[in-house]
Amino acid sequence: MPKDHGIGASDKRREDVRFLTGKGRYTDDINLPGQAYVAFLRSDVAHGKLNNVDTAAASGMPGVLRIFTGADFEGVGGLPCGWQVTDRHGNVMQEPGHPVLAQGKVRHVGDPIAAVVAETYEQARDAAEAISLDIDELPAVVDMKEAVKDGAPKVHDDLTSNLCYDWGFVEDNREAVDQAIKNAAHVTTLELTNQRLVANPMEPRVAVGDYAAHDDSSTLYTTSQNPHVIRLLMGAFVLGIPEHKLRVVAPDVGGGFGTKIFHYAEEAFCTFAAKQLKRAVKWTATRSEAFMSDAHGRDHVTKIELALDKDGMFQALRTETYANMGAYLSTFAPSVPTWLHGTLMAGNYKTPLIYVNVKAVFTNTVPVDAYRGAGRPEATFQLERVIDKAARELGVDPIELRRKNFITEFPYATPVAVEYDTGNYNATMDKLIEIADFAGFDARRAESEKRGKLRGLGVNCYIEACGIAPSQLVGQLGARAGLYESATVRVNATGGLVVMTGSHSHGQGHETTFPQVIAEMIGIDANMVEIVHGDTANTPMGMGTYGSRSLAVGGSAMVRATEKIIAKAKKIAAHLMEASEGDIELKEGKFSVAGTDKSVAWGDVCLAAYVPHNYPLDQIEPGLEETSFYDPSNFTYPAGAYACEVEVDPDTGKVTIERFAAADDFGNIVNPMIVSGQVHGGLAQGIGQALLEGCSYDENGQLISASYMDYAMPRASDVPFYTVDHSCQTPCTHNPLGVKGCGEAGAIGSPPAVVNAVVDALQRAGKSNVTHIDMPLSPARVWAAMQG
Amino acid sequence: MTTVNMTVNGKAVSGDVEGRTLLVEFLRGPLGLTGTHVGCDTSQCGACVVHVNGEAVKSCTMFAAEADGAEVATIEGMANADGSLSTIQQAFQDHHGLQCGFCTPGMVMSAAALLKDNPKPSEAEIRAYLEGNICRCTGYHNIVKAILAASGQDADAIAAE
Repeated sequence: MPKDHGIGASDKRREDVRFLTGKGRYTDDINLPGQAYVAFLRSDVAHGKLNNVDTAAASGMPGVLRIFTGADFEGVGGLPCGWQVTDRHGNVMQEPGHPVLAQGKVRHVGDPIAAVVAETYEQARDAAEAISLDIDELPAVVDMKEAVKDGAPKVHDDLTSNLCYDWGFVEDNREAVDQAIKNAAHVTTLELTNQRLVANPMEPRVAVGDYAAHDDSSTLYTTSQNPHVIRLLMGAFVLGIPEHKLRVVAPDVGGGFGTKIFHYAEEAFCTFAAKQLKRAVKWTATRSEAFMSDAHGRDHVTKIELALDKDGMFQALRTETYANMGAYLSTFAPSVPTWLHGTLMAGNYKTPLIYVNVKAVFTNTVPVDAYRGAGRPEATFQLERVIDKAARELGVDPIELRRKNFITEFPYATPVAVEYDTGNYNATMDKLIEIADFAGFDARRAESEKRGKLRGLGVNCYIEACGIAPSQLVGQLGARAGLYESATVRVNATGGLVVMTGSHSHGQGHETTFPQVIAEMIGIDANMVEIVHGDTANTPMGMGTYGSRSLAVGGSAMVRATEKIIAKAKKIAAHLMEASEGDIELKEGKFSVAGTDKSVAWGDVCLAAYVPHNYPLDQIEPGLEETSFYDPSNFTYPAGAYACEVEVDPDTGKVTIERFAAADDFGNIVNPMIVSGQVHGGLAQGIGQALLEGCSYDENGQLISASYMDYAMPRASDVPFYTVDHSCQTPCTHNPLGVKGCGEAGAIGSPPAVVNAVVDALQRAGKSNVTHIDMPLSPARVWAAMQG
Repeated sequence: MTTVNMTVNGKAVSGDVEGRTLLVEFLRGPLGLTGTHVGCDTSQCGACVVHVNGEAVKSCTMFAAEADGAEVATIEGMANADGSLSTIQQAFQDHHGLQCGFCTPGMVMSAAALLKDNPKPSEAEIRAYLEGNICRCTGYHNIVKAILAASGQDADAIAAE
């Protein structure tokens, strides 16, 4: 029976009421007294020498308060990178400067050159159009393999080349891997592209900077997944504002998907300009600006080789990947193709030898960083595609090939430096076969055929590393931050609680699920718990929400703080009942003395803590408020098996998703309704990548897809009802809730299922030469593949 | 500047606008009705859908001056008179038809317009009608279910077919 309250109950979301009635408070809804508006003038060429920015005519236009250019930021720091990768030769990566406004050069379409602050947004925009630019356009580099050739135009003149790093992992395995591949009974090779995507949260980015002269303090309201991270990066590295003089608020945020993790120039600009002008300064991105300034995702070009023995056991895996960094290093960009990608190349399989080479490359394109899944979708896609191809080459069932190579004993140390604590990959595969109704596939295929359509079935597995991350480990890997999470639990005198969490909710439903956990622990109604998040002024230092970490890390901090609360409350209860602390039990909101009928209510203990007339003041302090910082000892490893059924129209190449099933193991689950919703959303993003989405540049670095006219977002009619199941649960062994995280699974697991299904449909139709089609599988690409 | 007069959520309002002022800018700015959102600049995303004289309209694609004399309804006017959620709003909450909430006002306004013209739409009709409303969070599954439920149909059974 599903539970009706606490952990495991599908509580309806309390945040929905404000969103459904128009009372959400997003950053663009914030308007401060005397606020001015900023419009950015951005580069419309990919690469150029910036000779002059003539603002004379624009400065005199109506309403213009001031025009800023790169020169105004010469005494200010650049945007920092939060991760330093060391390459296979022991050298640290090449790390270029990243000015707030362009200095000397422009390096991608959308690179901000000047910023006009005016009384109204329209005036700012009008004046920005009147600025005269003198730019010598330079040859641009767009293709990564071209960019690393000798003599290629350099994105950054002060670097030795466009190669950011050449990373090998595990370098000590390289020769053994080469040897194993050389000697293998069978080697399957696949070259593929994991195309560039744009995250596209529906809320464009917004920043409102404010300055208070009376105490020389700055406030930034921004669309961020991690306000404390922005405060630290912007305060310490860009503007030189100490944290106690800087407040960052991320109120309701309309989706993030990774691209709102990073610290952006516009945030720094609005904070800086507000102090200069002594007025609030607001910037709201247009969608077109979002396309050319939000960090993009993916953009890997990979060659993968899988060696198998005569029985189909995986012997070795070797990959070579080119990873696009874009024109500058976004906040966590270097970590994505390395530690979030290479460490996942074992997948769900006991491949004994793995070597991953990644060349990160600068190009004249928008910076690339984490997008839902971040490195793990890239790992999963290449691995699950090459396994599918190997199964076809060997004439074996792709599920059986996977099963015989599954890791079945845990904990399992992979050859790529991570240790899976728990999992059961056969269980999720069994569940998938059941919920996807594999038994009915042949009948459905026959029915499709009658209508002249080709039907295919694609299957794959995935594993991800979530609950990011153990601080000491990531510190060794180059992170310039810790990755703990924090929570302060404040109990009020009348028994209600406020949890101030460093996690940030931008669609995940923390305001509903976090109270469910507390309600379960104390035995009170979840409505007695309020969640506060998103404001550095009233939450403890926290690292925010990404990498499916909120419940696994932030929830764990909340549990630890609540455990401290309960321990102290028991001391108070013991005093009130004149009993021994060890005999006190807490159940259903009541403290009782074991073996007696004596009890005292939760509320009475809370009141005693704040009105300590009868209270053990000689042993404990009054009050009931505790903080915990939780640093995980390992990643968590959600895993699962996905199946997609497609129909292909042989006349047009158009692919439709007929069925999609996902069997996931997320460990324990707090709110099944919300977990299903997270999977649904991830699936649509993965299906979008597989069939529709792709960010395109022409050979000159011109951004071709810069609006929803050109970038195909998945619509309601592009996707089916999904069948999702998360009843296979192997709880995480190292966090107090046994949870693994569910936010990215759908986007990680679904692209290979779709492509495997299309290849299956074409092969079943006799197109045996079609072994791979690069995403997005547009009608033109599928049709062209069928003609070969 | 021209002066426009219109009725918004049953209340007479007026204001001075530039010729280029969009209806959504008038609603969000002078009127302070920030429930209507702007998610794109090409009339694709549908976060800004409102009703003008009973028809669903993308308020980013209509000048405020064009709405002079019109009856406008926004998400702020969709709840029941006693403040409780309307049938459609309640269905969105019951079926988890929203996550970040940003596309939600437009989705609710579009759903209301659909159900006015087609009180019992099929799954396919709902998906086709939402062509102009993009959601990045939900994968549409629970939005379609919510609209099925709001029209009195057995959403769980239809989704399981």
